[in-house]
Amino acid sequence: MGFLHQRRTLAPYLLLAPGMLWLAIFFLVPLGFLVYQSLQSGNIDFGYAFTWAWGNYWDAIKGYRGEFERSFEYAGLATVIALAVSYPVAYWIAFRGGRWKNLLLLFIVAPFFVTYLIRTLAWETILSDHGLVVRLLTDIHLVPSGGRVLATGTAVVAGITYNFLPFMALPLYVSLEQIDHSLVEAAEDLYANKWIAFLRVTFPLSLPGVVAGTLLTFIPAAGDFINAQLLGSPTTHMIGNVINSKFNELIDYPAAAAMSFILMAIILAMILVYARAVGTEKLTG
Amino acid sequence: MSLAFVRRHVLTVWSLLFFGYLLLPIAVVAAFSFNHPKGRFNYTWESFTWSNWTHWNAIPGIQSAVVLSLEIAVIASILATALGTLMALALVRYGFRGRGTTNFIVFLPLSTPEIVLGASLLTLFLNFNTPLGFWTILIAHVMFCVSFAVVTVKARLVGFDRHLEEAAMDLGANEWVTFRKVTLPLIAPAILAALLLCFAISVDDFVVTYFVAGPRVTFPIFVWGAARVATPPQINVIGIAFFVIAVTAMLGNVFFQNRRAVRA
Repeated sequence: MGFLHQRRTLAPYLLLAPGMLWLAIFFLVPLGFLVYQSLQSGNIDFGYAFTWAWGNYWDAIKGYRGEFERSFEYAGLATVIALAVSYPVAYWIAFRGGRWKNLLLLFIVAPFFVTYLIRTLAWETILSDHGLVVRLLTDIHLVPSGGRVLATGTAVVAGITYNFLPFMALPLYVSLEQIDHSLVEAAEDLYANKWIAFLRVTFPLSLPGVVAGTLLTFIPAAGDFINAQLLGSPTTHMIGNVINSKFNELIDYPAAAAMSFILMAIILAMILVYARAVGTEKLTG
Repeated sequence: MSLAFVRRHVLTVWSLLFFGYLLLPIAVVAAFSFNHPKGRFNYTWESFTWSNWTHWNAIPGIQSAVVLSLEIAVIASILATALGTLMALALVRYGFRGRGTTNFIVFLPLSTPEIVLGASLLTLFLNFNTPLGFWTILIAHVMFCVSFAVVTVKARLVGFDRHLEEAAMDLGANEWVTFRKVTLPLIAPAILAALLLCFAISVDDFVVTYFVAGPRVTFPIFVWGAARVATPPQINVIGIAFFVIAVTAMLGNVFFQNRRAVRA
């Protein structure tokens, strides 16, 4: 019996071991190396050496404050727009979708089946200077004649919003779908006003979806550089663009590592504040 | 369409506009896969042609890029789903010390921007002088797919009726037979879902792959490289081909589920 008991207590660890080892070696350890790299100094020709070069962090913040701020500004804007745009749709599918629900969900994830880069290139085509969108916006005087949409911050935010929209819509749908209709009906009987019933009952019950959706949209958006690269211009570059070029083109590893670490630290801090407000169990499942 | 109609159906109208917005770029990609561009860039409509589809691999490097992407996606999704399923079983079935920490570590890669995942893996490989290529791409893809697999399978296991397994054990099945004959068939849809999700994420990944690929070129990296000097319509052909295959598979699944739901 003792043997059986021991096997039972060991079982979860044996099941976890391969996956956890993979995550430890290829996710946690690399984060350590990222910090190690970020405190090195030197140059490409003579190599880098570890010197507790805290200055890399100061240089990153001082030299690229604009890019950091822009990352969080664009990501924040895109998240708010995505929430506003997709909440009514998630609501519509959850409450009026009927037997078409699965098909409508398929429409929502459809963009994911076209490669991210190709989707973004498609927006480059749509928003291009001689394209339909620019002509239309010029006609209604939202864009001055000869003006551009491409290569502006608006185009970058629009691209980010589009690319991460399903990340927002799906969790919203899941939480709205689970709402017990009789609760909403009871609320409508009591408040006798659909809007108040929505604000007091439906919306609070859908908050887990709002939390999950905003995180799933905001996090990848803040680190994105593809939209800023393809739809923006150097004046709309985000911190992801700087990290990418320092790592892959300029081979300035310590500076890029310091920036990556700052980006991750800020995002984690934001998640922790968020988690405090809504409870961790909802975040990690 | 009168104003009253619009007001009554405002949600429906909004949703239809939303779907139009979601699908517009896909329609553009599809249309431009039949374009015959004059210059190197495929941004303005010139004339209709089938030749991009019949000569889909006419661009040097595009075929090997597609093949590499598929190879990586198949192996990575199988490995990540296997690891993730085992972890999900442990997390849902057992109370053990360190469960909270494990949940947190699984959650962490999902809440880390891809660029940080790619950058940190690259520093690991650089410090050990690991040659970048097929293996480093595979390692990276399994790493970021595992968490998705865990979450997907866990969701199914949580709603699992354990009485079925207890019944099997009472009838004399040992743990392994119970797992194979009862547990596995019941969580099979979740395992399949995890496989497909991991495949889709892997085949589409650009950022992490770009950091650890070294000289190897996956399809997204090919698109990135091409976009700087030219955008051949063959890129659209591959993109739409992937899309059609994936959507057909999903539609088949939806249809199948609906029929089962109607019969049940």
